[in-house]
Amino acid sequence: MLAYIGRRAVLAIFTVWAISVLAFAIIQLPPGDYVTSYIAQMASMGSVVTDEEAQSLRIQYGLGQPIYVQYFKWVKLIAWGNFGMSMEWRRPVTEVIGERLWLTIVVSVAALILTWALALPIGIYSAVRQYSVGDYLATFVGFIGLAVPNFLLALVILYLGFVLFNAHIGGLFSPELQDAPWSLARVWDLLKHLPIPALILGLAGTAQQIRIMRANLLDELGKPYVVTARSKGLAEARVIVKYPVRVALNPFASTIGYTLPYIVSGSIIVSLVLGLPTVGPLLLKALIAQDMFLAGTIVLLLGVMTVIGTLVSDILLVWIDPRIRLEDT
Amino acid sequence: MASVADEQRIFVASQWQLMWWRFRKHRVAVASAIVVVGFYLAVLGADFLAYSDPNTSEAQRSLMPPQPIHWFDEGRFRPHVYGLKGARDPQSFKRVYRPDPEQKIPIRFFAEGFEYRFLGVIPMTRHLIGVEPGLDAAKTIFLLGTDVQGRDLWSRLMFGTRISLTIGLLGVTMSLVLGVVLGGFSGFYGGIADTVIQRVIEILRSIPTIPLWMGLAAALPRDWTVLQVYFAITIIISLLGWTELARVVRGRFLALREEDFVVSARLVGCSQMRTIFVHMVPSFMSHIIAATTLALPAMIISETALSFLGLGLRPPAISWGVLLQQAQNVQTVAISPWLMLPAVPVIVAVMAFNFLGDGLRDAADPYGR
Repeated sequence: MLAYIGRRAVLAIFTVWAISVLAFAIIQLPPGDYVTSYIAQMASMGSVVTDEEAQSLRIQYGLGQPIYVQYFKWVKLIAWGNFGMSMEWRRPVTEVIGERLWLTIVVSVAALILTWALALPIGIYSAVRQYSVGDYLATFVGFIGLAVPNFLLALVILYLGFVLFNAHIGGLFSPELQDAPWSLARVWDLLKHLPIPALILGLAGTAQQIRIMRANLLDELGKPYVVTARSKGLAEARVIVKYPVRVALNPFASTIGYTLPYIVSGSIIVSLVLGLPTVGPLLLKALIAQDMFLAGTIVLLLGVMTVIGTLVSDILLVWIDPRIRLEDT
Repeated sequence: MASVADEQRIFVASQWQLMWWRFRKHRVAVASAIVVVGFYLAVLGADFLAYSDPNTSEAQRSLMPPQPIHWFDEGRFRPHVYGLKGARDPQSFKRVYRPDPEQKIPIRFFAEGFEYRFLGVIPMTRHLIGVEPGLDAAKTIFLLGTDVQGRDLWSRLMFGTRISLTIGLLGVTMSLVLGVVLGGFSGFYGGIADTVIQRVIEILRSIPTIPLWMGLAAALPRDWTVLQVYFAITIIISLLGWTELARVVRGRFLALREEDFVVSARLVGCSQMRTIFVHMVPSFMSHIIAATTLALPAMIISETALSFLGLGLRPPAISWGVLLQQAQNVQTVAISPWLMLPAVPVIVAVMAFNFLGDGLRDAADPYGR
């Protein structure tokens, strides 16, 4: 079991490394270097950067040195918690991102939980009552969920809310609590606003999980051990939940690793449509304004966050599935 | 109960024939195949199906509602649309249009319109439909209404279909090349190469793709031509889309490596290349086709999403995503809901490719259940 988690952790470290290289590439892609554009930016604001200041910035970021040196200098700065300055906001990147990162995590995790909470019972129902009206309905909704890109779904829901209820669905807080400090009222407000974005984000994943759960359970339902349990006289609900569902749950749990990156990805674009205060709108703005440290940092943090989430899910999986635990011993 | 004759027919059938029979049984997949063919016919004949130049804007015709076709006029087949009467809304002072049943604009088939080259070669001016030439400028037809700049949505949709679907096809082709080469390498040689490629795939799959795409797409120089951006976006999309294809190819290689016919091919002295391309690849061609079809929807959605954000294709290029950009604002959409119509082909195409891929995947292995 330790070997398995160790292997996963090593892979996670490699993934973080790959993401950091990609984020660095994104920072480097636009023409011109950071210090030159920083000076130009400051000059346009009317303040002057002295030569010494410019020189010390150049040394800090290793400009003029080979690209890998620049990469290491950048990693070193990040390790100290210095993510660079945002050009557009003229503040440290960490300050600009602030609570938006946490709200991104909250929205993503809510979507993930909702995905499971919906997919598990519906998947079981679909398998146990195969070819029933409910099964067909679930399959149909599932296909819609898979086929409709989530930002389109967000658009449609926004439109329907506007036309039918004349209400603006979207955002994560009521206007009066938008910039308020954290309090119980604000948390409650967040919880009230959470279901719609979570549902939109989770629908595609839910559809997929329902199909996986249904297929797995159908494979298990015909097996002799189910017949045995039934012939012992167990109640039907108990037969299903106690034996085949537990077996069918394993492949279901292992897909969480692929669901999370998908949800995080989707949250960016859905946030834009719904106007959620996550890092999504910030990333788009940063990219358009070529505010590269901000953009690169967001890509990096999102990636790292996803990797951590996946690692946690892997560890959970080991805990659920004894077969993985035994594999290595 | 299959009769003896039926059984014999199955025994002598070729593999492709068996697949076809299997595929035919999947009704939804067959219907989806027809839809997909229809989409690609629209790609080929986009300029024939469109009836007005997709980039001609006319401020006077901003946000006109769709004009549905009325097929019969007083019991006789005479397709026409009602003219639109513009007026100012007394409260909001916005220009509103109402259909005017008095004014019937007849539709002509194979009407004269803007010049284009059919299939890129034959110069033509005929379009599927159009209104009588010479009528005054107010008497026009907008099947799906117009956008903010007064451009005909139907015509733009036709051209958008052309770009969105070819970008998907090109992207998937590039992914396929990457997937087959890397997946084949991984599955055929095994060992360290296999481990490395598998880990790379795992890493790629655990990175959220949209932020990365956005970063890469935003770095494209602003002064690039439409064509350059088109190819760059295709490459960006395919760079992360090959992993699933590689997985399928590797799986097939692993399954086939120890098969009798592959071993005997090797024993009689076939070269490695010959073993792979003459003996192994044909036997899992069908699997590759199915996996490719299933990879297409993701490509289409990616392009649409990027262009929707304004980071993908940029006007004057037209794609489904570019068209949907106009639907970003709820207030606009609430007044002019037809701006959301470009979402319909996206959804239909994605569904059709998914069902078709499902059917192909089942048919790819006709010996199963």
